[in-house]
Amino acid sequence: MNLTWPIRFTTFLLVIGLMAGTLAVSADEQSAVTVANADSVGPRTLEPQTRTAVVRDYLAAWQSLNRASDENNAALLDADFTGIAKEKLSDTIDHQQKLGVRTRYQDGKHNIKLVFYSPEGLSIELLDMAEYDVQILDHDKPLATQHIRAQYLAVLTPTEVRWKVRILQSTPQ
Amino acid sequence: MRISLRFATLWGLAAMATCAIAQTMPLDLPKSIEAGSAVSVATSGNGKAVLYIVGIGQVLRHDVQLGEKAALAPGELHNAGHYGAFLVGPSSTQTAEFDVTAQQPSSLSFLAKPSRLPVDLHEGISGVVYVFDAFRNLVLSPTQVSFELSEIGGATQTRVVTTQNGVAWLRLDSAPKAGAAQFLARVGAVTEKRIVQQVSGEPCNLRMSARRSGTRVEVETEPLRDCKGNAVPDGTIVTFIERNNGSESTVDVPLKRGVARTDLPANDGATISVATGVVMGNEIRWRQ
Repeated sequence: MNLTWPIRFTTFLLVIGLMAGTLAVSADEQSAVTVANADSVGPRTLEPQTRTAVVRDYLAAWQSLNRASDENNAALLDADFTGIAKEKLSDTIDHQQKLGVRTRYQDGKHNIKLVFYSPEGLSIELLDMAEYDVQILDHDKPLATQHIRAQYLAVLTPTEVRWKVRILQSTPQ
Repeated sequence: MRISLRFATLWGLAAMATCAIAQTMPLDLPKSIEAGSAVSVATSGNGKAVLYIVGIGQVLRHDVQLGEKAALAPGELHNAGHYGAFLVGPSSTQTAEFDVTAQQPSSLSFLAKPSRLPVDLHEGISGVVYVFDAFRNLVLSPTQVSFELSEIGGATQTRVVTTQNGVAWLRLDSAPKAGAAQFLARVGAVTEKRIVQQVSGEPCNLRMSARRSGTRVEVETEPLRDCKGNAVPDGTIVTFIERNNGSESTVDVPLKRGVARTDLPANDGATISVATGVVMGNEIRWRQ
């Protein structure tokens, strides 16, 4: 088959696009979450059930944050955030709404390490090397997307039925 | 084949257009900015643009005249964290990433547990401090926290702990002497105070005496003290039990002014015993 170079180039792009799509699907299918072993996290022993619950609730909090930021609906934070984190994130979303801006976080990878479990069991701290894409939309018009790799520090506290994120702050790189 | 090639051509053009849109240039911004600082962003070119500062802690939007400096006022960008900056102009988008770091410590979140505990308990008291700045950002740089546990009119235990990831903690022994203790956490001029009540432990040497009082026998404990000599608090229940020919009568008495007293039927040959909590006292066999 004798193809001219523009056709060859577009075919090349198509193949690359298909390969990228395949890789993306593969990445979605794989677990993008790793949790470092941490039996000793300071003053209190961390039971496996607690570790599982904390990681589960922390990841759920990211999902809530993604939806709340995309829909500009701070109420979506209620189930997973409390205290300072909830107040600050709610303020961000209220401000986004006033500006007509939305942010869409495409959650990527989380590399989690639990680092502190307080002696009385009332707070647990973790570090998360997170990777995600953030897209900014102004009045629903997509403007730009940025790939972010940043380490987050989260403090979670227990409530009646789950752990809630009380502090969520990235650490300087 | 022709359709698929046409599709491929269209996809290719779309992909190239996306590449063109996505083509970005770096934006000149410092890598690290202290929370609440004024920020000035140099821009170049002509026309109008919009500067977006995007992080999970804050989102800002500023209209910008290209060629002039875009300014963020002091206090405007105050939440610590990682941010993306996008300067969206008519023909290109400039981007940057930077961190906003916490200011100096301004407040402490101090959790002291428990608020009430027995005296002389090894590592019985725990203190946990999270250090925040004026904007309620967690201060992540290592910070020295001084903990002081002082008995009122007594000794003081002092320990200095450096924060790791914004938190400092320690465990301390409770004092041998009962009473209120002041538990203080201090970072520079910032202090937080809690009161910890140290109460006497279980009584030591529970002893009672008995004497006739008409047709009854009056029983009374000696003043109750724990093993460190602290008076057991009034209200502590003391139980007197009288056993006689297979029958048993029990009287629960709260401690008043350090002692418990009651009267029981004066049955000849009865056995009277006393207990409080898990502590057993002496036993008396009553003879007429």
